[in-house]
Amino acid sequence: MSVKWRDFVRSLDKEAIENLAVGAAILGTGGGGDPYIGKLTAIQALEEGYEINVVDVEEVPKDALIIPSAGMGTPTVIVEKLPRGTEIINAFKALGEYLGKEVYATMPIEAGGLNSTFPLAVGAKMGIPIVDADGMGRAFPELQMTTFHINGVTVTPMALADERDNIVILKTCDNYWAEWIARDITIRFGGTAWIALYPMTGKELRKAAIPGTLGLAERLGEAVREARERKENPIDAVLNASQGFELFKGKVVDVERRTTGGFARGVVKIEGFDEYSGNTLEVHIQNENLVAIKNGDVIASVPDLITILDLETAVPITTESVKYGQRCFVIGIPCSEMWRTEKGLEVAGPKYFGYDVEYEPIEEIMGEV
Amino acid sequence: MSYRVGIDVGGTNTDAVIVDKDNRAIAKIKVATTEDVTTGILNALEGVLKESAVDTSEIKYAMLGTTHCTNAIVERKNLAKVGIIRIGKPATLSIKPLISWPDDLVNAIGGYMHIISGGHEYDGRELSQLDENEVRKALQDFKEKGVEALAISAVFSPVNNEHEMRVTEIAREILGDIPITLSHEIGSIGLLERENAAVINAAVVKVAKTAIKSFENALKEKGIDARLYITQNDGTLMSAEYALRYPVLTIASGPANSLRGAAFLSGLRDGIVVDVGGTTTDIGVLVNGFPRESSVAVEIGGVRTNFRMPDLISIGLGGGSLVRFENGVEVGPESVGYRLEKEALVFGGDKLTATDIAVYLKRAELGDPSKLKDLDSKLVEKAADKMKTMVEEAIDRMKTSPEPVPVILVGGGSILLPDSLKGASKVVKPENFEVANAIGAAIAQVSGEIDKVFSLEERGREEVLKEAKEIAMKEAIKAGADPDTVEIVDVDEIPLAYLPGNAIRIRAKAAGYLKIL
Repeated sequence: MSVKWRDFVRSLDKEAIENLAVGAAILGTGGGGDPYIGKLTAIQALEEGYEINVVDVEEVPKDALIIPSAGMGTPTVIVEKLPRGTEIINAFKALGEYLGKEVYATMPIEAGGLNSTFPLAVGAKMGIPIVDADGMGRAFPELQMTTFHINGVTVTPMALADERDNIVILKTCDNYWAEWIARDITIRFGGTAWIALYPMTGKELRKAAIPGTLGLAERLGEAVREARERKENPIDAVLNASQGFELFKGKVVDVERRTTGGFARGVVKIEGFDEYSGNTLEVHIQNENLVAIKNGDVIASVPDLITILDLETAVPITTESVKYGQRCFVIGIPCSEMWRTEKGLEVAGPKYFGYDVEYEPIEEIMGEV
Repeated sequence: MSYRVGIDVGGTNTDAVIVDKDNRAIAKIKVATTEDVTTGILNALEGVLKESAVDTSEIKYAMLGTTHCTNAIVERKNLAKVGIIRIGKPATLSIKPLISWPDDLVNAIGGYMHIISGGHEYDGRELSQLDENEVRKALQDFKEKGVEALAISAVFSPVNNEHEMRVTEIAREILGDIPITLSHEIGSIGLLERENAAVINAAVVKVAKTAIKSFENALKEKGIDARLYITQNDGTLMSAEYALRYPVLTIASGPANSLRGAAFLSGLRDGIVVDVGGTTTDIGVLVNGFPRESSVAVEIGGVRTNFRMPDLISIGLGGGSLVRFENGVEVGPESVGYRLEKEALVFGGDKLTATDIAVYLKRAELGDPSKLKDLDSKLVEKAADKMKTMVEEAIDRMKTSPEPVPVILVGGGSILLPDSLKGASKVVKPENFEVANAIGAAIAQVSGEIDKVFSLEERGREEVLKEAKEIAMKEAIKAGADPDTVEIVDVDEIPLAYLPGNAIRIRAKAAGYLKIL
């Protein structure tokens, strides 16, 4: 394997990984699972003497093969049956062999939540870099909700593996079928599968991936950590690092949850204080925070990022843990322009999630306010 | 007449009470908590016996709530060398045990571990076969290294505990009568957090043993032939033998005792309890007479665990909190703590404390109020407002809805607070409020619990629920509860929707009064 990438990679140490995990939780927009487990696999890889190297999208040769890697299944099983570490490597190798090409790098499919940190140990153990990019710029619940998908990259051929060395190569007619069949295989494996998917060239990577999202997560985490150490307001640090907007500040006064049409939906009502006194914000949630409505007007909606942060610690409050009485900041972060295209909004706009809301970019809404 | 003595160790004070068979407090005392904890307990015991003038032969029960285990973990002192066995190969290898632990804590417990083939899947089928040869080799290794306690965890042991149980049998052959902690008995789903809880439990077994032995000896010396119970963090009692197996359950038993004491003294079963001490205030919630449990992972000594803990918020407000007016008004978190009676203005000291504010406002009669005559009444009002707001915000954070709820004030420092609080339907300050924690220990019930995943394939939900409740009640009776008084106090069902087998996880708790009163 050529080692040319070594000239322009950046190595991550333990602190960088810790920062990345904090930032990934913020980019998880209330869902996506805890980046904690993946972080620990990366830290153990470092302790075993492996290197974790990150490469920028522009440095990847156009004809190189990139294979993203991820975990799939229910978070409850992932936190109990921890990975062996080889399953994701097996999937990765199997797909490389199937394609008959040397794999140049791996990368995350989502920068937010659980799956942001698993590719780090994969890159470390394969001796390849991790591309500083992803296919969501946030967290989403389904395999086809990626900028790869909207730019014509296919989920399959993909490989799924478990800790017993079972490996499945899957090729489907479209990305929706890939999601559908992969879910069933996951059940047979015992609730989790470790996957290599969306193989693409360096050329496709440039077109279909959101660049710089690992770096963004790292900077977000670093900003929060430093602000905490200096006893400053971490929210300002988060907004600076993400070019985000402060949407609201207040107290959670009601959380309504109901299951309709197989979706666990909910509404979080937040009553403003300080400069937001007298105002109300509603955040509509499913797995993630999806729509923010202030005094009846939509002020942010998916695919833009909406994150609820604890007022004092800036720790993200997840859709599972949000409850009455929490004091919080709500922030909005602009999503990738790719999500704002017609195709992008069709795949992950407010209508896909069942909300009768016309998407408007958060910068424009905030500009009007 | 038969009596019970209840003792509770807090950060600043160790409190003791003696109650008669009708649960009336006939003697109470507060002494300073000592660094070794035990001396403070003995001082409290001696003091309360002297005050009560009860014939020691009539004391039939002794209930102790102690911080020995918490302190041992925080200070990394007197911890046992723990052999850790994780059953889960080939899975789990990418994250070894102890990986996220602070180095000094790993050193204190030795860091000995083996990962063995075995464990189960979410639906109870085997992940892989238990490799008994591997188990024997690992245990031999631990024997040579001189480990003092074992912690055993297996993947999905809350669903199927077979492999943890089998390894225990083999360990008994090889290591004899060594303390063994099984993860499925103290934690829930989440291997790392449950394993951590098991390791911490194993590490404090030695400390618990020493503490309980010295308390037993002290009772004997005083001529007391009482049955000894240790309070646990759900506000109920465990026998001394049980406490030696699950010492980790004593962590946060103090606040749980206060909650139970508050319920008993006020006669309320639901509400919010504000326990104001010398340096901090703990706010907890009573649900059906018992502390509400925390639903998130809790850190102990820098380690993430998931065993049962009361849901509490602690804020830096207490009787000894320093009051300053440099930037607006600040109260705490710095505190004069146990030096209150030397350093506070009312006691002739030179530090303005929260207690001085309370005395100025005539909420309490203490020391010499004339020493406060130079205070600016407007600033005093501001400080009082600040203290009130701090508590009101914390109360609001513990509520589940905006509806006002009863608030019960206990602890020596509760004199700081006014008779009405925002969000409270009423504010109750019961008699003997200052020793609510020791009373909580003395009047506590014994409990039994079950936390298990049941399959609904062959049996209906009703039948499974009934079985779970019966097991919990049997456990309570086993621990010493009077069968006539045992009732189910908590049932929690978690449908595991993602499982094709239609499984359900049930947690049930039963509690009852001690058998002989």
